[in-house]
Amino acid sequence: MRYSGFRVIAEALTGHKGWKPVWRDPQPQAEYDYVIIGGGGHGLATAYYLAKEFKQARIAVLEKGYLGGGNVGRNTTIIRSNYLLDGNEPFYEFSLKLWEGLEQDFNYNAMVSQRGIMNLIHTDAQRDAFTRRGNGMILNGADAELLSRDQVRAMYPFLNFDNARFPIKGALTQKRGGTVRHDAVAWGYARGADSRGVDLIQQCEVTGLRIENGRIQGVETTRGFIGAKKVGVAVAGSSSKVMAHAGMRLPIESHVLQAFVSEGLKPLIDGVMTFGAGHFYVSQSDKGGLVFGGDIDGYNSYAQRGNLPVIEDVAEGGMALMPMIGRARLLRTWGGIMDMSMDGSPIIDKTHIEGLYFNGGWCYGGFKATPASGWCFAHLLAKDEPHKTATAYRFDRFMKGLMIDEKGQGATPNLH
Amino acid sequence: MIINHPILGPRDAQEFVYLGDANLINRPDGLTASPQEMHDYVYLRTNPAGEHRELWYHEQGDRSWLVVTRNTVTHEITKVELARDVARQMGRSK
Amino acid sequence: MSQVNRISGGQIDRTQSIRFTFDGQPYAGHPGDTLASALLANGVQLMGRSFKYHRPRGPLSAGSEEPNALVELRSGARQEPNTRATVAELFDGLTANSQNRWPSLRFDALAINDRLNTFFTAGFYYKTFMWPAAFWEKVYEPIIRRAAGLGSMSRLEDPDEYDKGFLHCDLLIIGAGPAGLMAALTAGRAGARVILADEDFRMGGRLNAETYAVGDQAGADWAAAAVAELASLPNVRLMNRTTVVGAFDHGIYSAVERVSDHLPTPLPGKPRQTLWRIYSAHAISAGGATERPVAFENNDRPGIMLAGSLRAFANRWGVAAGDRVAVFTNNDDGLRSAKDLQAKGVDVVAVIDCREGGDLLPGIRHLRGAEVIDSGGRLGLKSISVRQSSGKTEVIRVNALGVSGGWNPNVNITSHHRSRPEWRADIAAFVPGAGGPDNLISAGAAAGILSTHGALATGQAQALVVLERLGRSAKPAALPKAEDAPIAISPLWYVHHGKGRAWIDPQNDVTIKDVKLAHQENFSSVEHLKRYTTLGMATDQGKTGNVIGLAVMAELTGRSIPETGTTIYRPPYTPVAMGTLAGRSRGKEFKPFRLTPSHKWATEQGAVFVEVGNWLRAQWLPREGETHWRQSVDREVLATRKSVGICDVTTLGKIDIQGTDAGAFLDRVYANTFSTLAVGKCRYGLMLREDGMVFDDGTTARMGEHEFVMTTTTANAVTVFRHLEYCRQCLWPDMDVQLISTTEAWAQYSVAGPNARRLLQKIVDQDISDVAFPYMGAGNVTVCGGLRARLFRISFSGELAYEIAVPTRYGDAMIRKLVEAGAEYDAVVYGTETLGVMRIEKGHVAGNELNGQSTALNMGLGKMVSKKKDSIGMAMAQREGMNNPAGYRLVGVKPVDAANALTAGSHFLEIGAAPIVENDGGWLTSMVYSPHLGSHIALGYLRGGDQKIGRRMRAVNFLNKTDIEVEIVSPHFFDPEGERLRG
Repeated sequence: MRYSGFRVIAEALTGHKGWKPVWRDPQPQAEYDYVIIGGGGHGLATAYYLAKEFKQARIAVLEKGYLGGGNVGRNTTIIRSNYLLDGNEPFYEFSLKLWEGLEQDFNYNAMVSQRGIMNLIHTDAQRDAFTRRGNGMILNGADAELLSRDQVRAMYPFLNFDNARFPIKGALTQKRGGTVRHDAVAWGYARGADSRGVDLIQQCEVTGLRIENGRIQGVETTRGFIGAKKVGVAVAGSSSKVMAHAGMRLPIESHVLQAFVSEGLKPLIDGVMTFGAGHFYVSQSDKGGLVFGGDIDGYNSYAQRGNLPVIEDVAEGGMALMPMIGRARLLRTWGGIMDMSMDGSPIIDKTHIEGLYFNGGWCYGGFKATPASGWCFAHLLAKDEPHKTATAYRFDRFMKGLMIDEKGQGATPNLH
Repeated sequence: MIINHPILGPRDAQEFVYLGDANLINRPDGLTASPQEMHDYVYLRTNPAGEHRELWYHEQGDRSWLVVTRNTVTHEITKVELARDVARQMGRSK
Repeated sequence: MSQVNRISGGQIDRTQSIRFTFDGQPYAGHPGDTLASALLANGVQLMGRSFKYHRPRGPLSAGSEEPNALVELRSGARQEPNTRATVAELFDGLTANSQNRWPSLRFDALAINDRLNTFFTAGFYYKTFMWPAAFWEKVYEPIIRRAAGLGSMSRLEDPDEYDKGFLHCDLLIIGAGPAGLMAALTAGRAGARVILADEDFRMGGRLNAETYAVGDQAGADWAAAAVAELASLPNVRLMNRTTVVGAFDHGIYSAVERVSDHLPTPLPGKPRQTLWRIYSAHAISAGGATERPVAFENNDRPGIMLAGSLRAFANRWGVAAGDRVAVFTNNDDGLRSAKDLQAKGVDVVAVIDCREGGDLLPGIRHLRGAEVIDSGGRLGLKSISVRQSSGKTEVIRVNALGVSGGWNPNVNITSHHRSRPEWRADIAAFVPGAGGPDNLISAGAAAGILSTHGALATGQAQALVVLERLGRSAKPAALPKAEDAPIAISPLWYVHHGKGRAWIDPQNDVTIKDVKLAHQENFSSVEHLKRYTTLGMATDQGKTGNVIGLAVMAELTGRSIPETGTTIYRPPYTPVAMGTLAGRSRGKEFKPFRLTPSHKWATEQGAVFVEVGNWLRAQWLPREGETHWRQSVDREVLATRKSVGICDVTTLGKIDIQGTDAGAFLDRVYANTFSTLAVGKCRYGLMLREDGMVFDDGTTARMGEHEFVMTTTTANAVTVFRHLEYCRQCLWPDMDVQLISTTEAWAQYSVAGPNARRLLQKIVDQDISDVAFPYMGAGNVTVCGGLRARLFRISFSGELAYEIAVPTRYGDAMIRKLVEAGAEYDAVVYGTETLGVMRIEKGHVAGNELNGQSTALNMGLGKMVSKKKDSIGMAMAQREGMNNPAGYRLVGVKPVDAANALTAGSHFLEIGAAPIVENDGGWLTSMVYSPHLGSHIALGYLRGGDQKIGRRMRAVNFLNKTDIEVEIVSPHFFDPEGERLRG
């Protein structure tokens, strides 16, 4: 069924009796052409674009829990394409362009809101680096502007300008950046995929990959064997667990990242702001909660929860940046498992096993990538060749010395 | 978290810096290792959900590198050793 | 207004009166009151508005689970939005205002949303506001955002201080009700180190709100006696006003102590709140239980509250929420509320009991098999509609209604490690599940043991379990006698009669209808239900209502409640002020300052300082008459190059490396060779990461056969040291090599310029002529007639230069001595800007080039990587992608027209090339104005740059809209042959 304002009014006047399930709960078929493991944002987007853009059929998404229950349901909802390196920027700009048309495309209001993102500058060296970045963004067709201290102050007079340990000297801003209602992304893709015949199978955990003669045959699951011609893995923090079924070790570690939301507050912060001197970033949701975060906890973890030092560290960053938030209250913290890669950039690639494809290594930046990740993974699955914006995201870049290391930290995942 | 330092006793994990998989101790010789061997050493990780031996550095303490055996699902720590001892057990010397 | 609803009794001090205002209206209360109890005493039920529909609301509860009565407490910079009136202690002069309403609480324009509620169902916004696309940011969202949020911030800096502290104990007891007190008595008497924390200002938990006896005294008196005994035990720490908010790994808990929130302002020297990090060997969750309502149509009106809270207001605070009250219950506990109110002389007009059985209440109209199906009253409850067992409906006039749907054990903290609570059908509630935090056990109501006797018994039993684990023997004391009534509950989640809205999450306005719609649309998993309807996402995290939503979903799907499952609570237990979590790390104290040895002297000179990591370094040192920083920097550069300049370089990392394998060790950690370095000499060293990228650089000197001094960049001082320890301990454990960081042990000054030697010779006791102390020489010397020092003849500026190091305590004396000795040469002291100008003139890489993304080859230092020996990063540096002949190379950049300024971060484009990424040639890494050359100059990474020397290109900066024609030159702008530094 198609959603619209008229529909909402019509349903309201007739007791909301006409709303249909947003997706079916199908039984798994014996075999599919494509099995996507992982019913998070990336997996659902992959299935959606496989069906819609690449006209493929006989597709299933297998989800061990509930749809959208992975990192797409537990992130800080930021979208942007302010990347530094040429291996990344075209991909993220492609993603941002997909965000810009997404709601009309999948007929679901995911509240894509381009209220801008601002990276604060505290040192001359940071300004140099952000100038390099901004120019690179523009060369890649994205938008970027450099703001002066006074311009930042006019936007956010309550930031710490007068008593700061690390003074604010300006900002790099991308006005097309912003936020998206994260759950709605998963639901919109799920609904769009389901309506195109994709089987979304929840409570179905993959327990093995059946491989014969170097070729994938299908997947073993808690709901039995499901045959597949091609299997795409998009399971973020669980990447190493799933790919171990194929005997693969990955250039990935799983780490916990915490995210935070305050009690609902009347509007304070319009866009997204990052405070580089203090590992803190913040935006305000349409409901009024400040949504913020900081560094990863820094150790391998699958626990989906963090520890106290990082909570304090993030709050310290917040107070250093905005001394007025002392009396705002933190409402909830939660943790997600990040698939931290060895250079901080993702992988969308085939594997040495025919028919087995991998999408992962998103670190803590996977949400903004969701549309392009789905599109590019669908492209790879359908055509067996990478999409032009994702050509750098190969496994063999580490063998060849072609790392895409935005932070310049090397093979230490917790530093990316 | 609390790490029970083999010399100093229980210390808050906040005093430590984390590096990662203790297999990093098994560094191949750069002159003789194959590119694949070197690649696997530098870039690939088992990344288990469960028991994990990992390197922690007591930066705000005695500068010991430790090998901590910790469960990545529950965060339970079952063993803490000096990395130097572990390295010697692995056959490393000079 | 007088305290019309104040009744007898309660733990308030009626001898004193406290004045306060709400929405500008003055009221009076007593010490011991909360804002909510005092307002109710004054006949005020209306305290807030709901989030979505702006429905009028009064308190639902008497505690921290409160979803409705949220106010903006205090004013000015101390304004504190979303404060629960039910836990805000009254103090003299308290001011509070209602929030999320305009223009007033009684008349709120956005209450129109309530009229339009049929459109504003769960998730309606996902289905509309999509056309036209541009309208979301321009029209729809601004309207939504303006309406969103609850309370407002002052936008002023929080004037109060916050503190942090650390506590250690054998046993942390969370909650000081009967279970917690009994556990504390048991463990405390046995000598264990106990911390007993309770969120309330008065310990005792439910005993303060009940009329039960414990032993031969009133429950509240027993609690007071227990607290007094505990206070006398030196091994017990009592922490009231302290909420344990989070359970972390290995027995670590966070707790917030509200030190000053009950005072108008904190006492001098006292924080507003303190964040405690509690390290406990064991913990007992004794946090009690939270009552839940039964949902029925219009069950959200002010005056409708939880039955146990109604009775708490009466018993503890001497307040009747109304003068005609009724109780609606599905369990025996609800009957107690009616009895207690009746005993207090309140007119209890009816008890509506959905059960057919149950005690008959003497003197009260007890309607059995009946349900409340609706209520009336716009700004406060005026009547309820009751459907009797006969099917007959009756409207009963009341102005307060207590509702009891049973009690939910507070499993919150036990699920912080994602342990799923388990369903217990006999009490129709979730209890703590397996897999909770280590060594955390539960007692009393928090464990699902809902009687007073049960609380006392399990409190004692669990404390004994802990004592045994601690290896302490203890004999259980005889338990005081207390009520042990069975739980008699007949689960009723919502009243099926009525077509209107029945609230389950009153703050977020989630109703039974929303749950039904979620089910209809197949958002049937509990997580989908929560996210789609926002059930449980309000400031109370659904403490009262979540379970009703689950039960309704279970009913709709035909599954049991355990099959349906539950969402879990996340830290914190109750919301925590950001200031508390930050503590003293704010403003200038956000991070510590590291000051250089010359800081005091430089401050006296009026130096301008700059943050370099945590260091403060002199950026330039203006002299009188200089109004622009460039004047100062140009002067410093020219004077140094002409005669001599002095710079504090202490921030560079210094590592002493000693041992018989020290040379071999350096060969492994540096890409170039150090074992061959002669004693008394320095060498530039290039350090790679294991992935072959450049990690750091610096000079390392051989002070003796087995003794080296390494310098690192300022930025990497800590990480290089960490890395060297890693190499030493983990990779080559038997190498005889010892390391110590001496960055802060030595004050080090660079003395550079043609007169550097003359100046230094006045200070150094030994001969430092070119013969005696040649270029790249290093050695231990003495200064000023015998003070030990280290001297290095190294240059970052391209001049004849030395670095002289003295023990840090002589650093201040040394800068003064150098300046004094340099006076005859017109010596200048220069800062980081001049340092930067001179290093770029000389073509040395620094932070902007050492960006962690560059290879030695990129920097023009490819030949330094020795392939004859194994070193960290050597092997990986050979990979093809890092040896691209057309890859980035370090180049120098000059504007063709010297009048044109350059900006670092500009990108290289060929002349005439379109501004697209395919034509991107690289970027300008660092830029300075060279007074020596009379023009801006820059370094840059240019693709194939070594092949492009002499070529003209453009340096384009779209951000400031400049497009400058530049010439690509050697990065060595100044004295490329290095004659000056060897002079």
